[in-house]
This record gives sequence, C-alpha cells and structure tokens, in this order.
Amino acid sequence: MFTIISRIFHFGAKNFWRNGWLSTATIAIMTLALIVFLGLIISGVVMGSAVNLIKDEIDISVYFNTNTSEDQILSIQQSLEGLSQVASVDYVSQAQALATFQQNHASDQQISQAINALDSNPLEASLNIKAKNPSEYGAINDYLSSANLAPYIDKISYTENQVVINRLATIVRDMEVGGWALTIFLALIAGLVVFNTIRLAIYSNRDEIGVMRVVGASNSLVRGPYIVEGVFWGAIAAVISLVLVAPVLWLVSPYLGGDFIPGLNIFQYFYTHIVQLFLYQLLFGVLIGMFSSFWAVQRYLKN
Amino acid sequence: MEFSCLVCYDSLVIVFQGVSKHYSDRGVALEDVSIQIDPGEFVSLAGRSGAGKSTVIKLLIGEERPSKGRIFFGQYEVNKLQDGELPAFRRHIGVVFQDFRLLPAKTAYENVAFALEVAGRPQREIMELVPQVLDMVGLGDKMKNFPSELSGGERQRVAIARAMIHRPEVVIADEPTGNLDPFHTFEIIKLLEKINQLGTTVVLATHDREVINNLERRVITLDKGRVIRDEKKGKYILV
Repeated sequence: MFTIISRIFHFGAKNFWRNGWLSTATIAIMTLALIVFLGLIISGVVMGSAVNLIKDEIDISVYFNTNTSEDQILSIQQSLEGLSQVASVDYVSQAQALATFQQNHASDQQISQAINALDSNPLEASLNIKAKNPSEYGAINDYLSSANLAPYIDKISYTENQVVINRLATIVRDMEVGGWALTIFLALIAGLVVFNTIRLAIYSNRDEIGVMRVVGASNSLVRGPYIVEGVFWGAIAAVISLVLVAPVLWLVSPYLGGDFIPGLNIFQYFYTHIVQLFLYQLLFGVLIGMFSSFWAVQRYLKN
Repeated sequence: MEFSCLVCYDSLVIVFQGVSKHYSDRGVALEDVSIQIDPGEFVSLAGRSGAGKSTVIKLLIGEERPSKGRIFFGQYEVNKLQDGELPAFRRHIGVVFQDFRLLPAKTAYENVAFALEVAGRPQREIMELVPQVLDMVGLGDKMKNFPSELSGGERQRVAIARAMIHRPEVVIADEPTGNLDPFHTFEIIKLLEKINQLGTTVVLATHDREVINNLERRVITLDKGRVIRDEKKGKYILV
C-alpha cells in the first residue's frame, strides 16, 4: 500500500514537471480563478464595511417626559438591553442633552441667550438604541410603544424616521443577500472554468490513461497521479494569486479607504489576514484541482 | 466445437465459446467464433483489415465485451469480469500494439518499469529486471531516451520489453509490425519467437503474408468476423 501511494506521488510530481507547458497553462487559468475568488473575499470585506457604515447611521431615540425620573429611565434602559434584538443603548441625560445643544449652537447668540434665560432645562432625557439588525427596529419600537411604558415616554424617533429606516434596512439586507449570491455565482463560474481547464488537460492524456489500463494499472494508480498534479496546480496557483493581488491592494487601498468608506484599510486587512487568506486560496485551489482531476479521469476508467 | 472446461479453468488455456460481437453502428465484427489456444502455443490470427482480428484481441483483454458467448482465460471468465477486476487480470497478459502505445512522458526505462510498478513490485527488483530486459531487446544503451527520441523499431522493442517484463502467461501482439520496415519486422518477429521459446503463449494478429508464411506456426484465419480456417502449420490463405 505504501509502495503504491509513494508511486502515485512520484508519478504525479514527475508528470507535473515533465508536462511543463500543460502545467503552466493550467496554473495560469487556476490563478485567474483564484484571483476572482480572492477578489470576492476582499469585496465581501469592503461591502461588509459599507454595510456597517450604513448600519451605524441607523438608530432610534426614545425621548422621556421631563417628569420621568432618571431611575425609571435607567430601568427602561436595562430592560431594553435585555432584548435579543438590541445591540446597544446609550443614555443621554437632560443635562448632557443641554450641554450638547449649547455646544452645537455656541456660535448662535440668540439661541444661547434664550437658553440662559430659561429657569429650567427644557430638553428631554433620551435613550439612543442600536439594533443588531436594521430590520429589528420595528420590534424595538413595538416594545417601547407598550402601554406600561407610555406614561414615561414623550416620543420615539422611529415613528418619524420609519420610512428611511426601513429603506436603509432593505438596502443593507439586499447588499448582504446580493453579495452572497454574487459570491456564490462567481465562485461557481471560477470553479467551472478550472474544472473545464483540467478536463481539457486530462483529455489530452486520454491515450496514456488507456495505456496504463492495458498494462494493468488499477484505477487508483491511474487516477492518483492526476489528483496529485491537481493538488500541485492548486497550491501553486494559490501562492501566485496572493503575490499578484498584494500590490494591487496596496495601490487601491488609499482610494478605497478615503472618501468611499472612511476608516477602511483593505491592505492592512490583507496583511493581517494573509495566513487565513492563503489557507482559503489553498483550500479552494487544492480542492477544485483534486475534484476536477478525479472527475475528469473517471470517464476514461471504463473498461 | 465442444471444450472440456475443467481443463480451461485449471490451466492457462484461452477459450472463445460461440463468441459474437455486434456494433450498433458498424454491424457484425465477430460471429460465432469458437477457438482454443493452449499454453505455450504461438498462434497467428490472419485476415484482411476488418476481418475481426483486433476485435478478438479487444475481447480477450477485456477492453470490450462480447454480445454473445463466453471467453475464458485460465480461471478467469473474461466476459464476466467487473471493471475493478480488470487491472489484476491484465497483469497476466502482455500486450503489444501497432502504434506502440508508449507513455510519451516516460523514458524507455520508465515505460518498461511501469508494468512492474503497477503490480506493486519492489523498487530493487524493478531496478534489476528492467535493464536486463531492455538489454535483451537490444536497447540497453537507450534506457534514458523518451519514445520521441527512438525509431519505430526501437519503440516497438520497448513495447515488447514492457509486455514481457512481468513474465506474463500470454503476450498478445496486435499488428506489431504494421508500422515497421521489413528489417525491423524481422527483428520484432524474432523477439516474439524468443519469448515463445521461453514458454509464453504468443497470439499475433497480422495481415502480413510474409510474417505468417515464414513462421510456420498455427494460423487461425478470420474473414468477415468468422473463423474460416484453423491450421497447425498454416499459411496466409484468405480464400
């Protein structure tokens, strides 16, 4: 058994080296497919950042009547934090609201004077709530609109911004679903291209497969070296694709992280996740190389 | 023709029992062929192109299945072998083809060694045997050459070396001299005779009159898929 396995590896390595042009052409196509695959991963990161950016812009605020005590508000905050849909709840006290308001209107003399003339703080305390998923703001709003909370609450911003929030939630959902669909679709196309390339490479070896069969080679000994070649093609294409993509990301990163998605450093992401990305590439390349070789040889193993 | 099948199963007799092969597109290739080849025989299958010689060989090595009839090779009933059983069965046979069918990416040495490697034979034995057999066919100095670097006659000698390296019970040669000049044809037939003298059954399919007439061995003549003549010391006669 060990002899046969070592021969399979030996034949595979030798064929890989001797079929130099065929190997080069197959690796080139696989590299292109893996660049598409890597591009899909990177686009997923870019889109994820864009989606998070939009998500960050969405929240709802609940304003409390001025006679609601801080303890009551904090207790409502606590109950909100217990909801599965809620990601975070920030409390803004009346004093904080006033300070922010004053800061925002410091340059407006008229407003500053009007505020100073007041005896009491007219601004309401509020809770700013962020949901884990934009589509869950409706459920949070329903909770806040319940009868037992009504005496404490003056207004909920959701009712005012419901249309915008729902539209943003739809955009986010569509981007996520569309991103996945596009990823799967393009990955399938990349996979099919590689499969057909390997099929053609093995088609050119069909006579040799016939000779091996006539000489008495078992199916595993015929198939094995081609699978080994497929693994080599995949592994080398994985390395080349990473080497080619790195400088492109380095060039593109400043533009992508500037005005488009502030704070995004795609090259930094690539650099810090290089081992993980390499393993993805290797896994995709090696698996598709192995399976394509396996299936492509299979049809020549009848009789 | 009746055969004693106890003999068939126990010794390495080749038996075709009422074998027919029909193709949907090419019509009848073989019709009710019954032949027996005993161990150690040198048998020539003669006939025009399309007479059914190659079909007999394809059926014998399990490359195709008969439409009707049974084929025995020693204890194997070839027509009933499953795909997975064919590799082990084929290691009992050495096959030589008109187009040599060498592996182009392997050297002469590697092509011959391959027949032993697929049988799982140890490397030391392979390293010892292959040069001996290549020497025997006169290619001891061309072991490292690839098939593309060899002449037609040399390629056929590599193919013969590969066919006999694992000491098969039977060597089947399908038009082995079809692509060779008279000089190399003579060399190849001499080699096949030498293999036969060592005890191996040789089945030679050819339409070369000179080859058959010079051999003076058993000749089975086929015409339109039927056996029309079977003589112990035959000649090439088609009518």
